[in-house]
Amino acid sequence: MSDTIHQMHGAGETGAVQPAIELRGIDKRFGAVHANKSIDLRVEKGTIHGIVGENGAGKSTLMSILYGFYQADGGTIHVDGKLCVIKGSEDAIALGIGMVHQHFMLVETFTVLENVILGVEGGAVLRAGVDRAREELKRLEREYALDVNPDAIVGELSVGAQQRVEILKALYRGAEILILDEPTGVLTPQEADHLFRILETLKEQGKTVVLITHKLREIMAATDNVSVMRQGEMVAHRKTAETSPEEISELMVGRKVLLHIEKGEAAPAAIVLEVDNLCVDTLQGVRKVKNASFTVRAGEIVGIAGVSGNGQSELLEALGGIRPVTEGQVLFNGQDVTPGHGVDAAELRHRGVAHVPEDRHRMAMVTGFSAKEAAILGYEDDPAYQKGIFLNWHAIADATEHMMSEFDVRPNDPNLKAANFSGGNQQKLVLAREMMRDPELLLVGQPTRGVDIGAIEFIHKRIVAMRDAGKAVLLVSVELDEIMSLADRILVMCNGSIIGEVAAADANERVLGLMMAGVAPNEAKSAEGHHV
Amino acid sequence: MDNFELVILLLDATLRTSTPLILAALAGMFSERSGTINLALEGMMLGGAFSAATVAYYAGNPWIGLLAAIATTVSLSLLHGFACITHKGNQVVSGMAINILMSGLTALVGIALFAQGGKTPSLDHGSRFQPITLPGADAVADVPILGSLYSELLSGHNILVYIAFLAVPAAWWVMYRTRFGLRLRAVGENPGAVDTAGIGVIAMRYRAVMCSGVLVGMSGAYLSTAQGASFLQDMTAGKGYIALAAMVFGKWRPFPALFACLLFGFLDAAATRMQGVVLPGIGEVPVQLVQALPYVLTVILLAGFIGRAIPPKSLGRPYVKER
Repeated sequence: MSDTIHQMHGAGETGAVQPAIELRGIDKRFGAVHANKSIDLRVEKGTIHGIVGENGAGKSTLMSILYGFYQADGGTIHVDGKLCVIKGSEDAIALGIGMVHQHFMLVETFTVLENVILGVEGGAVLRAGVDRAREELKRLEREYALDVNPDAIVGELSVGAQQRVEILKALYRGAEILILDEPTGVLTPQEADHLFRILETLKEQGKTVVLITHKLREIMAATDNVSVMRQGEMVAHRKTAETSPEEISELMVGRKVLLHIEKGEAAPAAIVLEVDNLCVDTLQGVRKVKNASFTVRAGEIVGIAGVSGNGQSELLEALGGIRPVTEGQVLFNGQDVTPGHGVDAAELRHRGVAHVPEDRHRMAMVTGFSAKEAAILGYEDDPAYQKGIFLNWHAIADATEHMMSEFDVRPNDPNLKAANFSGGNQQKLVLAREMMRDPELLLVGQPTRGVDIGAIEFIHKRIVAMRDAGKAVLLVSVELDEIMSLADRILVMCNGSIIGEVAAADANERVLGLMMAGVAPNEAKSAEGHHV
Repeated sequence: MDNFELVILLLDATLRTSTPLILAALAGMFSERSGTINLALEGMMLGGAFSAATVAYYAGNPWIGLLAAIATTVSLSLLHGFACITHKGNQVVSGMAINILMSGLTALVGIALFAQGGKTPSLDHGSRFQPITLPGADAVADVPILGSLYSELLSGHNILVYIAFLAVPAAWWVMYRTRFGLRLRAVGENPGAVDTAGIGVIAMRYRAVMCSGVLVGMSGAYLSTAQGASFLQDMTAGKGYIALAAMVFGKWRPFPALFACLLFGFLDAAATRMQGVVLPGIGEVPVQLVQALPYVLTVILLAGFIGRAIPPKSLGRPYVKER
């Protein structure tokens, strides 16, 4: 395997400690997109090094080049001071580089053990290798506190445990350098803390960790050094202790950003949405929402927090009229709009309920459509868009242009294919479509998923403006920061049930995190009390 | 004929009719477990049967015919792989194309070579696989029940029948106990995991479809040089699809697939037996109905009786590195 790695010459055996990784002038293009522009990076041995940047800044591309997933167009990679050519994952593994991908690279039907040995089975017949791997896993688990049952089926493990399997995989392959790509996106705050403890242990054992993230809190809490990327360029390197979240976020976007939305007191008025004892089952008969009851008033934003997959998606879909309800009732301005009883998504829209689904590509738009087609989806029967039995494309193009300028969608071209807009601009177009109809109730899921910081700020402001205009907003998000900065009241869902409600003023990450893990609100608060 | 004798004959016929299904179902399993849908089993089986009969006729040796069949089906597998794996084409379309191609091509070449309406000349004794009498079969033939079970049911089949039944545990062992099998299953579930583990996804999938080709080649040769004595136009008559159904019925696992094949084989054998039989109260059973029975049952079984069959996760999806 090592003959594919061309170790040319040592970059100087001067006796000084060589950096674990040194990248010089890495350049990479994908067609017209210049993903990495002459990147330099130095990661010292035995440190935790953070790489931050907005979505699309080129962080993942850079790390994929280091792991051999892509070849750089230019530049050199030095590992432990030696110039290396990494042509594939196998070269990176041989150099002691391990990677934990954002989307886990695990075979869900396999056991933990089978996943760990895949690619390093140690012989054509599995048995001998398996026994050796079991011993080695026990040792690794002890040394790094990575508790996982080697015989468990990976698909049945929690997300946090699956991530530990990924780390085990890398360590089993003898990784000295571990790259983690957005590792906390799918974790509860407690699981994330567990992960950071593991990373600390790895550091103590002399391993080098590269942490890719867009969450400033993690950078500040966990790293020794931080490098900031913006639009394919490496814009700054800092020692974490000598910088601040404000400075980093400014470097990330190139200008000052409001991290906290400035908003006045909510002025809740009449009840707009009343949900009573709602239960939602999947087609397979699994109960995803259990007896949910709550209200949303005009002029307030109610946030639903929870780790993804705890029923909030199904709840939102049911309220949007696209998922049948098993039990319970939904009232909109006092009228029964329980889905399935003559009320569907089109009828709800007609009555003034706008719905921005969580999954932009799967549900909110057709990416193969042009912007103007995407901008009328769901409202295509509006008389304003008709000309006899045909669609009035001039009116549609005008309306789309109006939406685009109002919501700052760039480029401002109604004929461009929806897929060719960035995530943030796609989302702004969807929000424009739903919000500019002046609905009385806005149901919005993950409004800023995959959206860059500049657009997040814009979207948040629009949502608050809608509240201030006296509309009701129900916000579902897995981003705690987003929930805490936008919502006036926060409901927390865990395992299908609404665990409790917290006023935004009383909310903090710890309390919400405990509630997201299923701890009742009173206990969560008292547990909080002990720690303070 | 007493009932015991009847049962023995029926089971004996079951073994013979299920043999090509077993080989083809295992072939399908190797391909589909690696993520490549193999609807082309039908056409490959047909191509294998034609090659085996033709080459065995000229060479006068069934083994050379078998090798020719395997060469043909492995080539077709590589063609399927080239379309689906290398060029990421639609796997169903490629499979159907091979089926249509082989249905026409075997007839065309057959007529061109032998001018017998697409049939190949009948093979003589030495050009076919002959029944093998297992050791001691004659000696124990007179022992009641066990003796006749051994001598009439187990003994007296051709070598391909034994190979098919031995191929099942062998396939299981390869699939679940070897490095090759682990990687093959992994590449059908999550090729990304295989790629990041430093193993070539494309090469793995090619190896899997080649295994598929070897097995389905044997199945084709069985039809024309062991069970039959010549190639007949479209002689597979949907056996490739039935084998695929048996594989799905067996949830892409060797032993359950074996039992599915035996069930389909049994229905086929029973259908043949029932022709012309007069049932009390019903009268003579219509031949067409009896012949349709295995297919009807296939549909019913697939529709409701197997529970949820969960296919390999990446089945049908070409591997593209994501950006």
